[in-house]
Amino acid sequence: MIEGILIGLTTALTLQNILMVMVGCFFGTIIGMLPGLGPMTAIALMIPITYGFEPATGLILMAGVYYGAVFGGSTSSILLNAPGVPGTVATSFDGYPMAQQGKAGKALAIAAWSSFAGGTLSAIYLLFMAPSLSKVSLSFRSPDYFALMILGLTAIAAFSSKGQFLKAMMMVVLGLMLASVGQDSLSDITRYTFNNMNLTDGISFVLVVMATFAMSEALTIILKRNDPTSAAKQVSLTELGSIKINKEERTKMYKTIPRSSVIGFLIGVLPGAGATIASFLAYGMERNVVSDEEKEKFGKGSVNGLSAPETANNAACSGSFVPMLTLGIPGSGTTAVMLGALLGFGVQPGPRLYMTNPEIFWSIIMSMYIGMVILLILNLPLIPYIARILAVPKNYLIPLILFFSVTGIYVMSFNNFDIYLMIGIAVVATFLRLYDFPMPPLILAFVLGGLMEENLRRSLLLSNGSWEFLWDRTLTACILATTILIVVWHIYKTFKKKN
Amino acid sequence: MNINTTKIISLLFFVFSAFYLYLAYQIQVFTFDENAPFNARTFPIYLGYAGLFFSGLKLILPDPNTIKVEHKNLEYKKTGILILIAIIYGATILKVGYFLTTSLFLFASYYFLGERRWILMFLLSFPFVAAFMYLLHGILDIYLRDPFLQSIGIMG
Repeated sequence: MIEGILIGLTTALTLQNILMVMVGCFFGTIIGMLPGLGPMTAIALMIPITYGFEPATGLILMAGVYYGAVFGGSTSSILLNAPGVPGTVATSFDGYPMAQQGKAGKALAIAAWSSFAGGTLSAIYLLFMAPSLSKVSLSFRSPDYFALMILGLTAIAAFSSKGQFLKAMMMVVLGLMLASVGQDSLSDITRYTFNNMNLTDGISFVLVVMATFAMSEALTIILKRNDPTSAAKQVSLTELGSIKINKEERTKMYKTIPRSSVIGFLIGVLPGAGATIASFLAYGMERNVVSDEEKEKFGKGSVNGLSAPETANNAACSGSFVPMLTLGIPGSGTTAVMLGALLGFGVQPGPRLYMTNPEIFWSIIMSMYIGMVILLILNLPLIPYIARILAVPKNYLIPLILFFSVTGIYVMSFNNFDIYLMIGIAVVATFLRLYDFPMPPLILAFVLGGLMEENLRRSLLLSNGSWEFLWDRTLTACILATTILIVVWHIYKTFKKKN
Repeated sequence: MNINTTKIISLLFFVFSAFYLYLAYQIQVFTFDENAPFNARTFPIYLGYAGLFFSGLKLILPDPNTIKVEHKNLEYKKTGILILIAIIYGATILKVGYFLTTSLFLFASYYFLGERRWILMFLLSFPFVAAFMYLLHGILDIYLRDPFLQSIGIMG
């Protein structure tokens, strides 16, 4: 293995490859910041360019773009509450409130350091465990995935503050209902389309997230403009752009980062799970382990609440390379695009890849770490300038947010219907937000809806309609037991508080 | 009588879930799939019942955290105008083209939100959209349909 690592280091540290990581991180960050253009689009745009290079160089470029785009997505989540990719939705829960309190620079710095730490730790895990982890990822079956989705949805407990549990559950159901629109994945039977061709492919994630987060946030700001309780705090540009993280905040991050990186990496290793579930789970778990005082800060600009999903989503990005490189199974849509590129290079991924093509396997792992360092060097000095976006007067910022939201949908579908649908969902979401119905559970459920149905279908078909699959396998039973424990713990804590 | 709006929303969600459930039972499945342990209507049926269950609970159980919204403080007029402008923007973007509609959308939005610095309003609409279009279309090679620019020969 040492020999492989050395080969990887030698390949990754060539001038050309370092340059590729830099270019990739830079372009990835820019593209990731634009709503609607996530890492998948960014990598797809790079494919034609990469074919001119050696396979290792091409993949290093794509890995750089991947990390850059994830970081860029976090930036728009924190500053505009407009997460362009599912993996950065959880970042906005505490990142956006922190930015609204005039600490945009600090929020971006915490996100940058957490991403860096998450990526670094996961690169280390990958270094030592990649070959053996592929076996773990193969041991997951449909019932385990279904149980994992249920566990992911119980993370909604994290968002249901006092007395909001039922509202959160209603939003979960609404999210799953929205996800059920369109063609059934197996039989191709259309559901809830009302004979409208535009709904046949279902509702896109970007549309729902832009409507419920960015657009509804913009409408809420205008709606509450004269509300004395929501008067904006005046902050100076220096305070807005300050990236200083104090000792207390650093201590919080030191505790959050290791546990979130483990969750992120392990979830990332599972094919199909990816950064979204990882970030939501890390957020939910973090809320469960912090003190009661810190718990109250969640959703209002908590350092732990921002650091956890940021660490986890980057760790999951690295983890998703395990099934791709060792099994040829892409862990996410983005790695699926990268797998296509890998096959285009004539490289066959599999358990023997790190023996047959050690320069590719290890140089990607090594370049991930180098990519993390470069991403940090590139982005930290830019944060004070990026944060100033929030200093733009609301009269300009709100139309610009609406413009980015509509553009994100327009470039995806070139369809008027999607724009109307987005406006409709945004209006409903704005109304629901007025009455404290939380949007994050809706988004999580919408993202997991398709996967959840797919895994439930397989499980029920394999068990011939019996629900025994829930406790037949030890792994499934363990995940469900954890879910039950979390729910029981929450109920116990609520009753304890009341008494 | 003081009506709790959260309860009204829950009631609406209850009705919505009932309608969703009704439609779930109407989903046409293949004959051979009719009695299968799982078909296209199974998951929606579960969801319909889950919606009825949670919204029903919300309706029945007492609500200790009643949210009171001061409607007189809310800017319904400006929000409504902004939504209307966005709808017009959505309706014209394909026919007129990205550049003109987006620029006009931005300009009109700034105006209705109370902005009157004309030069800044212009700079942050027409030239801004042109620069953004150049980034997407010119540099990133992302296609943007624009019949207006095509008709005047600026875009190929």
